[in-house]
Amino acid sequence: MNADELERFRALFDPRGVIVAGVSSHPGKFGFVAAHNILSHDYPHPVFMTNRDGADVLGHATYADLSRVPDGSADLVFVCTPAAANPDILRQCASKGVKAAFVASAGYGEAGPDGRAAQDDLVRLCEELGMLLAGPNGQGVISTPSSLCAQIVAPYPPPGRIGIASQSGNFVSSFLNYAGWSGVGVSRAVSAGNSAATTVADYLAYFAADPETGVGLTYVEGIDDGRAFYEDMRAVAEAIPLVVVKGGATAGGARAAASHTGSLAADDTVFDGVCRQAGISRAPTIEEAFEAAMAFATQPPPRGPNVFVLTTAGGWGVVTADRITRSPDLELMALPADLEAQIDAELPPRWSRNNPADMAGGETRDTVPALLEIVTAHPDVDAVVFLGLGIQSNQGRMERDGRFYPDFGLERIVSYHERQDVRFAEAAVRAADRHDKPVLVATELAVTQPDNPGVARLRELGRPAFASSYRAVAALEHMWRRSRWRHRRGLDPDPPGT
Amino acid sequence: MTSTSTLSEHESKALLARYGVPHAPERLVDSPDTAAAAADELGYPVAVKLCGASIAHKTERGLVRLGLGDRGAVAGAAAAVLAAAGPDDGDVGVLVSAMVKGNRELIAGCVDDAVFGRCVMLGVGGILAEAIRDVTFRITPLARVDAEEMVEDLATQALLGPFRGEPAVDRAALADVVMGLGEAFTAEADAVSIDVNPLIVVDGRPVAVDALVEVQR
Repeated sequence: MNADELERFRALFDPRGVIVAGVSSHPGKFGFVAAHNILSHDYPHPVFMTNRDGADVLGHATYADLSRVPDGSADLVFVCTPAAANPDILRQCASKGVKAAFVASAGYGEAGPDGRAAQDDLVRLCEELGMLLAGPNGQGVISTPSSLCAQIVAPYPPPGRIGIASQSGNFVSSFLNYAGWSGVGVSRAVSAGNSAATTVADYLAYFAADPETGVGLTYVEGIDDGRAFYEDMRAVAEAIPLVVVKGGATAGGARAAASHTGSLAADDTVFDGVCRQAGISRAPTIEEAFEAAMAFATQPPPRGPNVFVLTTAGGWGVVTADRITRSPDLELMALPADLEAQIDAELPPRWSRNNPADMAGGETRDTVPALLEIVTAHPDVDAVVFLGLGIQSNQGRMERDGRFYPDFGLERIVSYHERQDVRFAEAAVRAADRHDKPVLVATELAVTQPDNPGVARLRELGRPAFASSYRAVAALEHMWRRSRWRHRRGLDPDPPGT
Repeated sequence: MTSTSTLSEHESKALLARYGVPHAPERLVDSPDTAAAAADELGYPVAVKLCGASIAHKTERGLVRLGLGDRGAVAGAAAAVLAAAGPDDGDVGVLVSAMVKGNRELIAGCVDDAVFGRCVMLGVGGILAEAIRDVTFRITPLARVDAEEMVEDLATQALLGPFRGEPAVDRAALADVVMGLGEAFTAEADAVSIDVNPLIVVDGRPVAVDALVEVQR
């Protein structure tokens, strides 16, 4: 990416001044929502709004046209005006020094032959003006380092390291909702709209070069030039973890569909292979994609496939072991003798003596933190899944809300259990940091009781619990595949685990 | 769309052999007598097939005779497949090949995908291949590590281990086949598709038992 391109992307994501063209005083209109969202998130630079009548919107003055906007005071224009008005607006903006346009207006490529012609004109105009064109027909752009919420949908996410580019604006919203839920934040997010000039691949290439972004997360549908897609995505994946969800099986199929090979290429198995070749983490669903990105953004990468499961209850461990055993990539490692001896010293004799290590209710005050440390420290262990966080606080919740609280010693025991779950959360994070290995905590309380003290503490520490062990293991699979892809191609100095 | 033609089975295998895709020893002959002589040389049992550039539905038309154990059977089969050739089949010969023995059938090939361009494929073969669809693709050119990962991609990994008294599949040899196909498809610019079907595992090593290279005319 050359210096001019970088400068234009900076104008989109880190503008020092924004023009919002076509704001409306009617709360049902996009032009109102865009103004509302930009003005509601402490964007620290000037915002200039145009409105046909020059009426106040949200208590802010607007301009009837752009002539009074001072030169050089805005880098980005967010366009909500009807398509026919846009060429003049963009010319005026360019003359004021605007370097990037996000065009939310519809009526372009999605709207028949006339719209396509208008879109082609728009692309040519922006090229001529040296302006980055995002959209048209897109839902907007988010950039937390700049407190920019220039979008016509919600929510505004917590700040973080995930960069989102999507061919569907609504999936940007979905990802942002998950960011809010998990607390794992977002650096940039952009809805590519019709991708007339700037494609998802272009945004991701910027993310790869962007110091604020550590993980790419994207939704794609149609791919026109598969070769270019492969080259671009591979370059991104070499720089940062890249998680992709693809909608729509490839309809094109193969040119020589009469051949056996061609008929076997008819669905999107080719895309699957391209992802593996390019080091892309392909996820089948939006939630798995977000959780893979969340793992990449919050956990150290595994250096091998060996997973150890630590559980406070048998059934959870069994199901998790089943899931790991079915994984073509991960190993449910055997329990090493020295680790068995170390665990044995912490637990009564009835524990499972296996992986999963089932503590079987034999925990004392310090058992869980001690075992998290011991297991994570073992040199054969590449990743840990911990099951059982929050259950004591779950009972505590019932007692706290029940009719006997705070008498009969309930206040004391409830607060003890809550403190313990907080300690367990902290121990999981500490073990991961100390030994530079992923330690994934899984519990349905992440969804069913988000204010459970253990779950909430993990979220505060930026390593949220996964909603099930199945989902935690899926995220771990994505992480290990990427580590292995890099190791095998000499992209990492660390030796592969196997 | 430009029209295409196919190389004969013999030409297809010979082309792929230059890129390291192994096939069983075979001879292209033109008569029952020369077929019998070829079988003597190759050793019994052999397979006899009608061979030409534009023969479709070989098996369905009875143009493939397998497991022939002596001179008489070979000469008879050669006469029968030559007699069954029609005017649409063009120039034909008789392909006599050493029979290969293996319980595991794979499929490999190359295709010019509408979106991703020239790709190489590896999959589980046999008559259920298109129902099972245990296949994996990479775009060409591919690196050796990509070919090795294609072998890992197959869901039916049990098929690659020791199987019904046969040794485990030599994964490196299978990756060699994939690499060879990728190189062939990159170098042979007029090839538009390649099928190696079946690719039979013989004593753990993959052997192309039929092949078809489709070329731009």
